[in-house]
Amino acid sequence: MAESTLARPPVAAEGGGSRKPRVARIAPRPGESRAAWILASPFLLLFAVFTVWPVFQSLFMSFTDTRRRDLRTPFAVDFVAFENYARALSDPTFLKAAGNTAYFVVVGVPLTLAVALAAAVLLDRGITRLRAFFRLGFYTPVITSIVAVAVVWRFLLQPDSGLVNTVLGWFGITGPNWLGDPNWAMPSLIAMAVWRNFGTGMIIFLAGLQGVPYMLHEAAAIDGATGWQRFWHITFPLLRPTLLFVSVTTAIGYLQFFEEPFVMTEGGPLDSTLSLAFYTYRQFSFGNFGLASAVSYLIFVVIAAVTVLQFRLLRENT
Amino acid sequence: MLEKRPAWATALTYVLLSLALIAVTAPFIWMVLGSVKTDAELRQVPPTWWPDAATLDNYTQLFARMNFAQYFVNSVIVATVVTVGNLLFCSMLGYALAMLNFRFKNLVLALVLGTLMIPGVVTFIPLYVLVVNLGMADTLPGLFVPFLAAPFGVFLMRQFVQGLPADLIDAGRVDGAGELAIFGRIILPLLGPAMATLGILTFLGSWNNFLWPLVVAQNEHSYTLPVALALYTTGQNQTNYGLMLAGACVVVLPLLIVFLLFQRRFIEGIATTGIK
Repeated sequence: MAESTLARPPVAAEGGGSRKPRVARIAPRPGESRAAWILASPFLLLFAVFTVWPVFQSLFMSFTDTRRRDLRTPFAVDFVAFENYARALSDPTFLKAAGNTAYFVVVGVPLTLAVALAAAVLLDRGITRLRAFFRLGFYTPVITSIVAVAVVWRFLLQPDSGLVNTVLGWFGITGPNWLGDPNWAMPSLIAMAVWRNFGTGMIIFLAGLQGVPYMLHEAAAIDGATGWQRFWHITFPLLRPTLLFVSVTTAIGYLQFFEEPFVMTEGGPLDSTLSLAFYTYRQFSFGNFGLASAVSYLIFVVIAAVTVLQFRLLRENT
Repeated sequence: MLEKRPAWATALTYVLLSLALIAVTAPFIWMVLGSVKTDAELRQVPPTWWPDAATLDNYTQLFARMNFAQYFVNSVIVATVVTVGNLLFCSMLGYALAMLNFRFKNLVLALVLGTLMIPGVVTFIPLYVLVVNLGMADTLPGLFVPFLAAPFGVFLMRQFVQGLPADLIDAGRVDGAGELAIFGRIILPLLGPAMATLGILTFLGSWNNFLWPLVVAQNEHSYTLPVALALYTTGQNQTNYGLMLAGACVVVLPLLIVFLLFQRRFIEGIATTGIK
């Protein structure tokens, strides 16, 4: 894979699309264009029907009063302008879900990045043996089904018979009823999300660290910089594009968190773990397709905004 | 040269990493050990680590009395079809975008890459309406057809094909091969590494997918494993602890084993594409 340089994450690299594809050729062939369309058409057909169409249909539905009974006649519905959006924004449950989602993202993303970066740096600089072994172990949770690990974590976090509180008990700490306490339920979900997801960031950071020249560290060491100074002034700035990439993809995933509350808390206690995606799913199950579409579009807008914001924040000061 | 790190610092790092590794893997070990415990033992306070009397009853019950064999087959079919579809369609379009000239090429490229980040939660409602009207609700095709062509694969394949020498194509043309034959006979066989990465990622994503099968599958005959596990472990259905843990094992272990077998290629794929 000669093209996929690691210092330059794919999203950023593809964004502009300014790089010309390599087409050194003898002469354009008459059959070329036809062949291209034959190769492209199966994908484009499926893509148009199952990706492009739903994106527009979703926007349309969000401005209508579509309900489950309109399922067979999705266009025989009334236009209600911004009523669904207004209804969502004035629903206290929606606002609660929005706050919970913000909590999950604002605490969860930096924590995931910090753990991922710490693991990557320790593996890269701290040890010489067993590197692949640790890397494999730390990465394993990423490949597992969130539903399955959520079931397991529900057991681990049980107040009396759970492993977590038993281990805390060895140190004389009485652990709370993690998932049953409105104050502890969200931190529990965040802990599980960090546990499951930091492996992806770690692998990408490890690849990014390969791009930090050893020479720079040597030069700084000769000038008397400590290890800590070298990390903040050499490694960290050079990792900025990688950091941006990991933080954007992690935030996009976390903004849609759904399986964790669905399996572990069913949104409770007292809606303290109800997420925006879960709220959307609930409105969908109640048959309020128009309202659910409006909320899903709001999530989309927030995802786009958060992505732009992160590009701004992390691009500056370079 | 950098100053040598003191031995105690290296030792401390190993201790720290080992503790972290125990914390990361303990839930899996506990899951597997718990799946062979009895319900009574799982409710015990304080909990046990090793099973008192290991039993396979939970698994027998999942497969003999509940429909987990069916859900397992459903999951395999859906993930396999989605993977094959993406490998085929994405490599075709990826090649065309990387190596061939045609009208609207840049438009197609912008459209496909522009939708790379559109979250599933935005499209699942209209997609549900569409699938119901196509008569595919509560069927296996309803579970896999909407996912046969995902933008990510095009991005990956185009990227990989751009790294291949363009001379290959010219050589094929000089030898008189047709344009489609050049793709089928010359390019396809070279796509191995990219196919492996995309194949593993797609299979994994499909196997673990939850929201869409939850929406589309309304009856047991079309449940996939994650849907069955979630519905049997929430609400009024949570009866037997041992069954839940055995169910979690059935979802996790097959992929875990495959992952451990192919982990090197897999982790390198993640590092180069950056997406799980």
